[in-house]
Amino acid sequence: MAQHQVNYASAAGLPIALTTVDHLVNWGRSNSLWPLTYGLACCAIEMMASGASRYDFDRMGTIFRASPRQADVMILAGTLSKKHAEFARRLYDQMTEPKWVISMGSCANTGGMFNTYATVQGVDRIVPVDIYLPGCAPRPETLQYAMMMLQKKIRRESANMKKNTKQNLRLV
Amino acid sequence: MRKYTPKDNVQAKSYYTDRYWVAPRVPRAAVEEGTHFADVVKAMAKFAKESYIEIGTLVIHIDAKENFDAIKTLKEQCGYTQCSEQSAVDYLAQDGEFELFYQFLNVNEAKRVRIVCRIKEGEAIESIVPLFNSSNFAEREMFDMFGIKVNNHPFLKRIIMPDDWEGHPLRKTYPLQGDEFASWYEVDKIFGKEYRDIIGPENRDPARIDRYDTKRFSRVGYEVPFGEDISEGEKEQPIEYSETLLVNYNKDSGKQLDHRK
Repeated sequence: MAQHQVNYASAAGLPIALTTVDHLVNWGRSNSLWPLTYGLACCAIEMMASGASRYDFDRMGTIFRASPRQADVMILAGTLSKKHAEFARRLYDQMTEPKWVISMGSCANTGGMFNTYATVQGVDRIVPVDIYLPGCAPRPETLQYAMMMLQKKIRRESANMKKNTKQNLRLV
Repeated sequence: MRKYTPKDNVQAKSYYTDRYWVAPRVPRAAVEEGTHFADVVKAMAKFAKESYIEIGTLVIHIDAKENFDAIKTLKEQCGYTQCSEQSAVDYLAQDGEFELFYQFLNVNEAKRVRIVCRIKEGEAIESIVPLFNSSNFAEREMFDMFGIKVNNHPFLKRIIMPDDWEGHPLRKTYPLQGDEFASWYEVDKIFGKEYRDIIGPENRDPARIDRYDTKRFSRVGYEVPFGEDISEGEKEQPIEYSETLLVNYNKDSGKQLDHRK
């Protein structure tokens, strides 16, 4: 019995972890990023590959959700046409706070090669973007890296951030 | 005076035109007697204004008013049971007309026929949906892209562009990068017109670099905090060298030879 006794007085033996609320909340948020199952064009194929077993998003706690109500990351994977822009924004509005956006690929970043009348010239015209991921199309490793960068970004943020207030939206 | 350039085709942007260049044409062959196409021409003789063979396809020019009867004859008497493609070409600047074409396939003979007719702007064409269901979407696309109205179509509505879109994008007078309406479409729809000033115009220049934009552009060697206003002139931040990682080779660490040996 004596050998299992906890020495509460020694530093490493205390069953207490000291942290801040920000750190704890962001630890939870950043390790359970649930993106929306939402593919727009060919980048979505790479996004699917990232989610499948070879690249395996699940081990990072990234699980694709079929409903915007349950998702907190929106990966805009592909060309956003002007006809669809309104629906992309509606899906973004339906997501609960806190929420983040990854703009995946050249088309989502700037319109890419589609310098035409029917393509939105960068999704940051309609939603606030956190991570811009370059590439045409970006490989799954790149999307994983973007997700890790987003985790880093979340860990830096304050836990009670008011991200999408009207004032912040003006910075889009 | 400066040379006049026509403005009615804003999509064409040729930077060099050879005065003596002639557009190459596909050779046209006459229809030979005794072939399957000869029978088709005979059956269509009432409608055909001109008929010839281009790369194995029989081309028949007809009057646009008779398109339904002509295509009905082609389907029922000549066995062309598939309408594989249908659209139009904008010749408004050249001739003031649209050229409409229909492509048909006869699966038993493995032969193709193209029916061509011309209509003026504002005129309508008769629908061939009662004959070919496949032309339902094709005629809607033609209406969407060219603004050609189709009579007796079951559901003539835009198919590719949004319902509240202005203009017909495949016309030569439609600019490739969109008009005023197109460039603000998503902003007007989502945020309203008052957000135009906040969001700003589209950036159509892929090589644009904004020196004072610290949100989208990093300044290597002279980094400033994200979103800082540096239009008044930024603080000079010289590159920091270290012993191991970033070594300054510009420093005159080498041995200077001041006299010959």
